[in-house]
Amino acid sequence: MSIQTEVAIVGAGIVGAACAFELAKARVPVAVIDRGFVGGGATAAGMGHIVVMDDSTAQFALTRYSQTLWDELESEAPATVEFDRCGTIWVAADEEEMAAVRRKSAYYNERGVRTEILDANALREAEPNLRDGLAGGLFVPGDSVLYAPCAAEFLLREARKRGAEIYLGQPGVAIGQGTVSVADGTTFVAKYVVNATGHDAPRLTPGINVKSRKGHLVITDRYPRMIRHQLVELGYLKSAHSIKTDSVAFNVQPRKTGQVLIGSSRQYDVAGTDVDAQILSAMLARAFRYIPSLASASSIRTWAGFRAATPDKLPLIGPWTEDPSVILAAGHEGLGITTSLATGRLVTDQILGRTPAISIEPYLPSRQMSGAHA
Amino acid sequence: MPDTVTVRVNGRAVTVPAGATVAVAILAAGAISRFSVTGHPRAPFCGMGTCFECRSEINGQPHRRGCQILCEPGMNIQSDG
Amino acid sequence: MDSSTHSHFDVVVVGAGPAGIAAAVTASDCGATVGLIDDNPTAGGQIWRGEAHKTERSAATPWFERLVRSSVKKIHGARAFYVDDGMLAAEIADGTRTIAYRELILATGARELFLPFPGWTLPNVFGAGGLQALMKSGLPVAGKRILIAGTGPLLLAVAAYARKCGADVLGICEQTTMRKMMRFAAGAAAIPSKVADTIRLAWALRGIPHWTNSWPLAALGNERVERVRIVRDGEGHEIKCDYLACGFHLIPNVELARLAGCQIEDGFVEVDAWQQTSVPRIYCVGEPTSIGGVEMAVVEGRIAGCAAAGHREKARPLLRAREKYARFARELKDAFALRHELKAIAEPDTLLCRCEDVPLERARAFGSWRAAKLQTRCGMGPCQGRVCGSAAEFLFGWGTDSVRPPVFPVECASLASITSMGSSTGSSTGELI
Repeated sequence: MSIQTEVAIVGAGIVGAACAFELAKARVPVAVIDRGFVGGGATAAGMGHIVVMDDSTAQFALTRYSQTLWDELESEAPATVEFDRCGTIWVAADEEEMAAVRRKSAYYNERGVRTEILDANALREAEPNLRDGLAGGLFVPGDSVLYAPCAAEFLLREARKRGAEIYLGQPGVAIGQGTVSVADGTTFVAKYVVNATGHDAPRLTPGINVKSRKGHLVITDRYPRMIRHQLVELGYLKSAHSIKTDSVAFNVQPRKTGQVLIGSSRQYDVAGTDVDAQILSAMLARAFRYIPSLASASSIRTWAGFRAATPDKLPLIGPWTEDPSVILAAGHEGLGITTSLATGRLVTDQILGRTPAISIEPYLPSRQMSGAHA
Repeated sequence: MPDTVTVRVNGRAVTVPAGATVAVAILAAGAISRFSVTGHPRAPFCGMGTCFECRSEINGQPHRRGCQILCEPGMNIQSDG
Repeated sequence: MDSSTHSHFDVVVVGAGPAGIAAAVTASDCGATVGLIDDNPTAGGQIWRGEAHKTERSAATPWFERLVRSSVKKIHGARAFYVDDGMLAAEIADGTRTIAYRELILATGARELFLPFPGWTLPNVFGAGGLQALMKSGLPVAGKRILIAGTGPLLLAVAAYARKCGADVLGICEQTTMRKMMRFAAGAAAIPSKVADTIRLAWALRGIPHWTNSWPLAALGNERVERVRIVRDGEGHEIKCDYLACGFHLIPNVELARLAGCQIEDGFVEVDAWQQTSVPRIYCVGEPTSIGGVEMAVVEGRIAGCAAAGHREKARPLLRAREKYARFARELKDAFALRHELKAIAEPDTLLCRCEDVPLERARAFGSWRAAKLQTRCGMGPCQGRVCGSAAEFLFGWGTDSVRPPVFPVECASLASITSMGSSTGSSTGELI
């Protein structure tokens, strides 16, 4: 059987959903294909944190742009999305990290992102359950958290309202030359095929440099008011930068239910979503060092998933050099939720030939081929 | 060994047979153990530690499963109502 | 608060119900050092709950006596939440215990299957075994009007016990057919030990109405259940009561076995003739292998106890006994199979997930357990699907999700302590910040 469409999107996670959302809004016929159900991959496994990052100009541009798109959607998002503008506090343990706080603050302020530097007292007031002896932090009030699987579902529902067709439970066998062939023999014929399959992207588009980076999370029972903001240690940046070694960093999130989501960890070259006892333990121990009362909180479940990492920490958004009918939308590492909407917008701009609001150059897959950097 | 144990459920003294669990004390007090996440009253249900309806705060510690904890003299049990 | 204790035994048994006690005592008699861990304050599991302290003798008494006399190390109030390669982690009142084993026997028993119906979440609606457990844990029921519903021989045991405690048992609503019930009774009569039990039970239940082809339609009441609407042979009836005790037979607790990597078939742990699972050094006995009642559980425990202690030859005579009880287990399954009408007693807004208050219709819309879980949060609460997931399996035919540690909620500190155990799974750890 053959199904005709304009754009076939492989992957119904947050990125694929965002692409469908934007394309459908622009009245482009879309078919979304996923081997499982909506948001079952990294979308389900990660923290739904919407955060501006200052790692690089390109990363800032993408996260900032996407954040404004999320803010615009806030009023339409249903309660299940649990959108909460609780803000982020980057926690500084010592003077060296406070210096980083000040640099970060300056960077954001120069670019119109509101921040507030917290000294030790202000930090304690903002988050009474953080241990004594921390140096302070940077409060970024514009950051938010949401519940990603429902956000993906919401975006797809909106896309469906505008004519998008969704095909779930369809393992994708191959893509290319304007077709997507799935296991049951159906072929989707499209002008463009978007590869939004996360860490699995190289399977459908061989040769792209996207590697799996395993992460663990723990969720607790309900402890409302234990924390009020997403809390991330500045050492997180060291962890996210490390591309060779396993690492953990303190990163916790308050959920609207009052549960606390505890992360984060990064591991390369590990297959399988089994929970690794060593890493889990290290991750929890790190969390206890910042929030001692977490040690006696009841943990309900642990799980692991895979981020999609690229060497320059920027996603691949745009046509594949070998076959320009394949548009890549993968490699978002820990920023998939944040940058999904911007990805969807940029993919749509590409396909329609619209001028994008930010430059797409830094994210083009061609940079991996030519060795160009952002 | 005494035949009964007296504990406090939501501030009120409740006497139960020795060897009784906290879940029993909550029921004997005519109390509920918790309000559900949408605000409905719940009481102990499965009696064997699998349903988590019998959770209450025991001696200051929240989320404790009462059906697997024996009442001790003077224990302070705070449930939702 | 973070105290951790380590111990090691030749054989560790998880679960101190009939199967676990039999396994522990047998292994110990064969010369092994044995640790018996259980999350309840006293031994007995469900069916032998409170038996240790009774004055009248029962089938349980000799086993408790042997347990007391043996050198089995009994570790109560210990909730096993993780197992990996020769080490078991259990949470205790003030920390964690890591217990090293050469052989592990899982005797984690079964829990009740609960099916949602309107009003099932009202206070004073209990499980059938649930009410039994609470009564045995000291719940006074004298003078209470109790209606018992669901399926299985457990309903009869609960009715008899409630009556003994002075309750006014209004009736037993059994969903199976009269014919199946009679056939089951005839089958039970073929087992000598059960004949006496059956006669005793029948006498204990004299005068209590017992209805087949009957199940609850709704529990009604303001703050707690006040009356129950049931159907009996197609006719509706409303019964005023104080307590409703309702359970639809048993489902095996296989979470720890699954976490350990044991092969599961049709929801039960696969075992060989010696009760060994697909994972070397791990055995499984009792209800997690098949719902077969207490006699079978004890026989299986004895077989595994011998085998784990390295004395398979002592278990040989027991194999035939087990076969006899296995037949009973099959009859049990047939007699109390759930009828399809039970899939329709819930209404669209009846809650499926009690932990997260998710209505049935919301969950059903998603077509698979994992999708429903992610989108509606059903199964994400503390019970981790033990109630709603099992119900969804029956109602929609959905499979379950993978098991991750902790098998039961434990303090984060306990979870963090599982690294100081044996070999680690997974990759080398590089620089850990």
